[in-house]
Amino acid sequence: MQTLRRTPLFERHAALGARLVPFAGWEMPVQYAGIGEEHRAVRTKAGVFDVSHMGQLRLAGEGAREYVQARLTNDVDRIDGGHAQYTLLTNKEGGIVDDLIAYRRADDDYLLVVNASNVAADHAALPETQDVSEEWAFLAVQGPDALELLGIEVEPFTFREDADVLGVRCLVAGTGYTGERGCELGCAPEDAGRLWDAVLARGVTPCGLGARDTLRLEVCYPLHGNDISPERTPIEAGLGWACDLEKDFTGVEALRRQKEEGTDQKLVAFVMEAPGIPRTGMTIEEGGEVTSGTQSPLLARGIGLGYVDTAHAAPETPITIDVRGRPRRARIVPKPFYKREER
Amino acid sequence: MAAEESYPEDLRYHPEHDWARVEGDLATLGITWYAQEALGEIVHYEPPEEGSSLAKDESYGEVESVKAVSDVVSPLSGEVVEVNAKVVEEPETVNDDPYGEGWLVRVRLTDAAEVDELLDVAAYRKLLEQ
Repeated sequence: MQTLRRTPLFERHAALGARLVPFAGWEMPVQYAGIGEEHRAVRTKAGVFDVSHMGQLRLAGEGAREYVQARLTNDVDRIDGGHAQYTLLTNKEGGIVDDLIAYRRADDDYLLVVNASNVAADHAALPETQDVSEEWAFLAVQGPDALELLGIEVEPFTFREDADVLGVRCLVAGTGYTGERGCELGCAPEDAGRLWDAVLARGVTPCGLGARDTLRLEVCYPLHGNDISPERTPIEAGLGWACDLEKDFTGVEALRRQKEEGTDQKLVAFVMEAPGIPRTGMTIEEGGEVTSGTQSPLLARGIGLGYVDTAHAAPETPITIDVRGRPRRARIVPKPFYKREER
Repeated sequence: MAAEESYPEDLRYHPEHDWARVEGDLATLGITWYAQEALGEIVHYEPPEEGSSLAKDESYGEVESVKAVSDVVSPLSGEVVEVNAKVVEEPETVNDDPYGEGWLVRVRLTDAAEVDELLDVAAYRKLLEQ
């Protein structure tokens, strides 16, 4: 059995009474007070997540821009230095090796923040990058009051480095995985405890991976390993907007062909019309499979994402989920389930 | 509000963390404080049909939290005479009051001798300590 890794905040999670579970090789908090309570804190005020398990790959030096352009799907020239971009790493068949955020520090200097479970695969696909995951701890502070409580401002998808946040030197980025305003704060691992304590002292609720999953699902952000994978392409997953098919990158031919010819299946969002909670791997009887499902704390009903045959993929189409042998009615709906209100 | 840890004296317990309150040939069934705590906030209860038969040691329904599904095991054999509609509507009632309003089904026992095979509170507490 492999030993689970721990973030610099592990003792703090344990002291707060968090329930700790294995996740992507790490021992991570799944909840503190409760998933519902934490979920609502992020939707109505502010919550903080330890996301130090996520990986960081650095690519710097001459030719870095061309390399990023040739390997990642999005057009990195759509952003300037100090901006961040959602992008994908695809294989030759157009399958999604990972989804990630590329931070453009300078024209030839990029920090790629990747999924914890994919660091090794990403590094193998991008051997010219340097794995600098050990140099970073990350906190995500999310919610309508998050920035105000921290006393900082940051625009969505921008970032700055060497900023002072509550006395700690941080990378401050206007990014997140909850659909709320907020930020992600990167700091040195030895400073993470001090930053975490200072954030909590501002009245921010500690939140675990459980709430992170319900929050991201309500806004239909895909989870790699569930909703997207090397066997699924961005076209099937509805992520064509993050792919510049005019430029050349690994897998672009396959994606151009799919865009032209269409795909057999599509990733859709659905709500349950009958009792029951959809779960990953359940069969959609009209042809397809659930890739993520939960009870939405906001809607108080089962919601999910799944691949269905394209003929059944239009919003309002009724579908049937096999809930452990019980056929249960559901309905395809437009994405997302939830959209935050502008203040 | 989540309930405080407790295991009432007047109940009989099944090692799968289920309880039975036996009154004559009727029994009320539910899950223990330990079981609801392990699951977290319960957000769905999939009950059996009224009139259906339950077999001792077998699953008769499911309770689900946001993250997990758990089978509910019947401590006794019998016929379902009532499903707790309040828990179907408000599953978190199980967290709030696992031995009171959070009961799951009432059954008419088909083999009253099975009651003697269940654990008393001391034996169940001992099991939890292991």
